[in-house]
Amino acid sequence: MVDTPIGAAGPLPGSEPDEAELYHPHSWLTRYVFSQDAKVIAIQYSGTALAIGLVALVLSWLIRLQLGFPGLFPFLGPAEYYQIITMHGMIMVVYLLTAVFLGGFGNYLIPLMIGARDMVFPYVNMLSYWIYLLAVLVLVASFFAPGGPTGAGWTLYPPQAILSGTPGQEWGIVLMLASLILFIIGFTMGGVNYVVTVLQARAPGMTLMRMPLTIWGIFTATVLALLAFPALFVGAVMMLLDRLLGTSFFMPMIIEAGQRLHYGGGTPILFQHLFWFFGHPEVYIVALPAFGIVSDLISTHARKNIFGYRMMVWAIIAIGGLSFVVWAHHMYVSGMNPYFGFFFATTTLIIAVPTAIKVYNWVLTLWRGDIHLTVPMLFAIAFIVTFLNGGLTGLFLGNVVVDVPLSDTLFVVAHFHMVMGVAPILVIFGGIYHWYPKVTGRMLDERLGLLHFWVTFLGAYLIFFPMHYLGLLGVPRRYFETTGLGFIPASAASLNAFISVVAFVVGAAQVVFVANLIRSLRHGVPAGGNPWHATTLEWQTPDTPPRHGNWGARLPVVYRWPYDYSVPGAAEDFVPQNQPAHAAGAAS
Amino acid sequence: MTETVLPPLPTVDGPPSRWRRFSGEWAADRQAFAGASWRKAMMWIFLLSDTFVFGCFLIGYMTVRMSTTVPWPNASEVFALEIGGTELPLILIAIMTFVLISSSGTMAMAVAQGYKRNRRATALLMLATAVLGATFVGMQAFEWTKLIREGVRPWTNSWGAHQFGSTFFMITGFHGTHVTIGVIVLAIVARKVWRGDFDVGRRGFFTSQRGGYENVEIAGLYWHFVDLVWVFIFALFYLW
Repeated sequence: MVDTPIGAAGPLPGSEPDEAELYHPHSWLTRYVFSQDAKVIAIQYSGTALAIGLVALVLSWLIRLQLGFPGLFPFLGPAEYYQIITMHGMIMVVYLLTAVFLGGFGNYLIPLMIGARDMVFPYVNMLSYWIYLLAVLVLVASFFAPGGPTGAGWTLYPPQAILSGTPGQEWGIVLMLASLILFIIGFTMGGVNYVVTVLQARAPGMTLMRMPLTIWGIFTATVLALLAFPALFVGAVMMLLDRLLGTSFFMPMIIEAGQRLHYGGGTPILFQHLFWFFGHPEVYIVALPAFGIVSDLISTHARKNIFGYRMMVWAIIAIGGLSFVVWAHHMYVSGMNPYFGFFFATTTLIIAVPTAIKVYNWVLTLWRGDIHLTVPMLFAIAFIVTFLNGGLTGLFLGNVVVDVPLSDTLFVVAHFHMVMGVAPILVIFGGIYHWYPKVTGRMLDERLGLLHFWVTFLGAYLIFFPMHYLGLLGVPRRYFETTGLGFIPASAASLNAFISVVAFVVGAAQVVFVANLIRSLRHGVPAGGNPWHATTLEWQTPDTPPRHGNWGARLPVVYRWPYDYSVPGAAEDFVPQNQPAHAAGAAS
Repeated sequence: MTETVLPPLPTVDGPPSRWRRFSGEWAADRQAFAGASWRKAMMWIFLLSDTFVFGCFLIGYMTVRMSTTVPWPNASEVFALEIGGTELPLILIAIMTFVLISSSGTMAMAVAQGYKRNRRATALLMLATAVLGATFVGMQAFEWTKLIREGVRPWTNSWGAHQFGSTFFMITGFHGTHVTIGVIVLAIVARKVWRGDFDVGRRGFFTSQRGGYENVEIAGLYWHFVDLVWVFIFALFYLW
């Protein structure tokens, strides 16, 4: 039972023999391009997502150019400005964050961390990436379409999203909706893979409660995504029909330039419900993998077991469940029955409980730990601080009476950038610094990493902290220009200029990161199999980088949970998950 | 090897209760659904996701039906068929529903025959299911044609709310697409059964994986799901 051979030696117990078969590539093309290996697919996903993410970063520069120095750049008109903020938001949330966490980290880490040879459906997994790439290309195509990309705001609220006067009304919105539909189809193919792999393909000895929290986070986020994306899918299909066929799902009777349009009888609020039924879980689709990864980074680099593992797992599940009953807190300003407002405010604030459990547990893991301030650890600690900041402003905004006056100001922009923009991005960076040695066999350069970290972390605070203040002053979000508005003091403009300058510096610092990624491929210090002395299975592979099939002849066998660091009496300060009890000395 | 991977579950007298079995499975290593193959687990999880798609479609339909200010057309008149000089309300839908539900019966029989390794019976029953499914789609095409001839369009119709045509074409179209995909899948699996692929372990064309008779059951899961969805569409769209 313990020795688990593979392939010709016999069937795996508990699963069908054919399921353990891997598709072995025959050519360069099937090895590196149309690869069915989850690790290659992960790199493809991450590479594509980071590339389109850089586009969104440049778009954010353009936003800051306009906000910091209004009128100085004649190529930025109101229409371009709206197109830029729309594409920046949509790319960052869906095509970068979701794709990197689930398609990138998910594909790479799930099979390795739970001791599987690959995802359970490698072929479907490959299709998932190619459909994602197609979705990205369709999205990019809208930049070059007549009329440009849609400028409807990333929430794409009807009726304005499909009416004339909104930039990109001709092609942009159609391509955007088509791209989202493709993304969802592609994601579903990957998503069923991740879920079934975690549930049904774990190594011997790997129980659910022995899984690293990274896997718990990615797994729960995938379940959320599988249940939340359908709402966006349906919303996108309906709006596409409204735009192309002239149906009126979301369109009330509208008079445009004195002419009555043929629309009538639909309800724009329906779209908002569908969108946010997706949109709020989406926040946690991004946050839960970040929670998981951060837990592992902190435990590994503080050489200490995670505090309250079971509570961490249950907190992830509780947050996932609660995230489906809070969506209308995004719609307070749309107007709703006060009882509904009360309900959604209550559920929103309840989420603070499991989230606070997680933050306390991270801090208690750090408490009296043997903290190594490596680059991944710095990013992990930065995440805790940033997430706490963003989460606390979330408590303000969860209340209806506070949200209504703040809702359309930069305060909200600062809040969600802190909590689901900066914080998860910090984890992505931390995760890349942490796992890059496993992916490539070489360490990333630490000095460049420190430079990248400090500029990004301090810069993010310099950008978004003043934004809270601007929001409280009443500076509205989404406005193309705020000069000349009597209620905004003139000093707001200089603060905006300051934010813009910092944003350019932080953006430029990402070049250091990309250069580090490329340079270390060749010139990095060879990492060895387990440079961080970590316990989890992905560091115990026979080869680094792991070969196709991950584990050589035999699957690993798991004897313990993933957080046996600094165990009293053990020979080393970490005990790998696949180390039997007798080999670990008194550590059993 | 003497090493114990997992502590043994506490033993109790008699057969384990349902809850004990449930918690035992979820506390186990390797698999959370003991004995369920990867494919079958995948189909269930996909269907869960698809349930949310249809759920959102139907909720969207109910919402626009309530939001529209114009009266909703009377379904039993719109979907009536004149046969032999008398208007029979909902007659076509009744037949379609009957055909689709019957196809679930033949599907279930095909699964049973598959596990008995009756190659021909399995393939023929699957084909029968596919034919019934294709009949359903054909009748749906007839219904669409009839309504389009009567002037119903996704954006307008002569009886009342525009959203009637919008939701009708969208929801039945989406369901019909599901049925069509199901018919194609059934035909492919039936061909594999007929050829004996699952007996000799021939590899699939795209995935290079070997299939088994379980594939019949998995196709069946999808088929029953599509039928079940129709029941809700029937109840909420035609009977309401």
